[in-house]
Amino acid sequence: MNRPGRDDAPDRLYTITQGRSRTDPDNPFDLVTLVVAESEPVAGMQSEHVAILKLTRFPTSVVEIAAELRLPVGITKVLLCDLLAAGRVSARHPRRPAITDPDILEQVLVGLRNL
Amino acid sequence: MDSATSDARTPLGASADQGFKIVVVGGFGVGKTTLVRSVSEIRPLNTEETMTQAGATVDDIRQVRGKSATTVAFDFGRISLDARNVLYLFGAPGQERFWFLWDRLFSGTLGAVVLVDTRRIDDSWYAIDRLEHHGTPFIVACNDFGGPVRAGADVREALDLDPQVPLVDCDARSRESGKQVLITLVQHVKNRYADPSVRAGLPRQEFV
Repeated sequence: MNRPGRDDAPDRLYTITQGRSRTDPDNPFDLVTLVVAESEPVAGMQSEHVAILKLTRFPTSVVEIAAELRLPVGITKVLLCDLLAAGRVSARHPRRPAITDPDILEQVLVGLRNL
Repeated sequence: MDSATSDARTPLGASADQGFKIVVVGGFGVGKTTLVRSVSEIRPLNTEETMTQAGATVDDIRQVRGKSATTVAFDFGRISLDARNVLYLFGAPGQERFWFLWDRLFSGTLGAVVLVDTRRIDDSWYAIDRLEHHGTPFIVACNDFGGPVRAGADVREALDLDPQVPLVDCDARSRESGKQVLITLVQHVKNRYADPSVRAGLPRQEFV
């Protein structure tokens, strides 16, 4: 397997995030948080930011973004936090504790039965 | 590796705003990725998470002693439930050394499916123990590998399974069978939270 994030390319990952490997614990991004672009890429923008803005023209989960960019989830979250802080993306339904609402669970059941 | 390619990407609809997750856990080769693939609307993707000691809980930190970061890869698939709701299915490695990945994956999850090969039932003990410890709702699904069918009561006893936990047979290769497994899980989760005595003691699902 050859992809960034493995031991073969730590320098590149370091550069992508300017040395940051971790996000603030208060960041809103769970694996399944849906990210939506709020603006088009502009000239001079970091290539990974451009890629994310293109990917998220339609809602896209954090984990899908990581897979498409071939970056570890943690690195992807650092990039997303930058874009969120700049108002370039929005996050739909940030992470939360266990889902126990019977109405929501019923919606999931109906959706599964209709597959 | 046949995953994580960008060709034929299928985006979600513009109104999608609610992501859910279900985790499929089990021993090596039990069919986790097969189950994810059979019900997913996209070809399963693969990504990885780097875990550092800082993310570890205090009582378990000795397990990563001497290691500042560990990288774990996992597969996932996607099911659009309706215009707003989208479900992600994660195949999680069941081995003990991946406990820290579980904590991250299970935070905020709807529930878990423990996929069992009845010929290697011991592989599932650790998974079940962790789920009970986390208070994560789960069901057990026995993947049919074509061997002699083991009676449900026998499996239940071998796993020392709580009578409340549903136990079903499945064929991980079949979309319809996989769908029934997921329906059984969500119905179980719904019933469980409908019980006022359970609601009073909600699961401890905050780890990160």
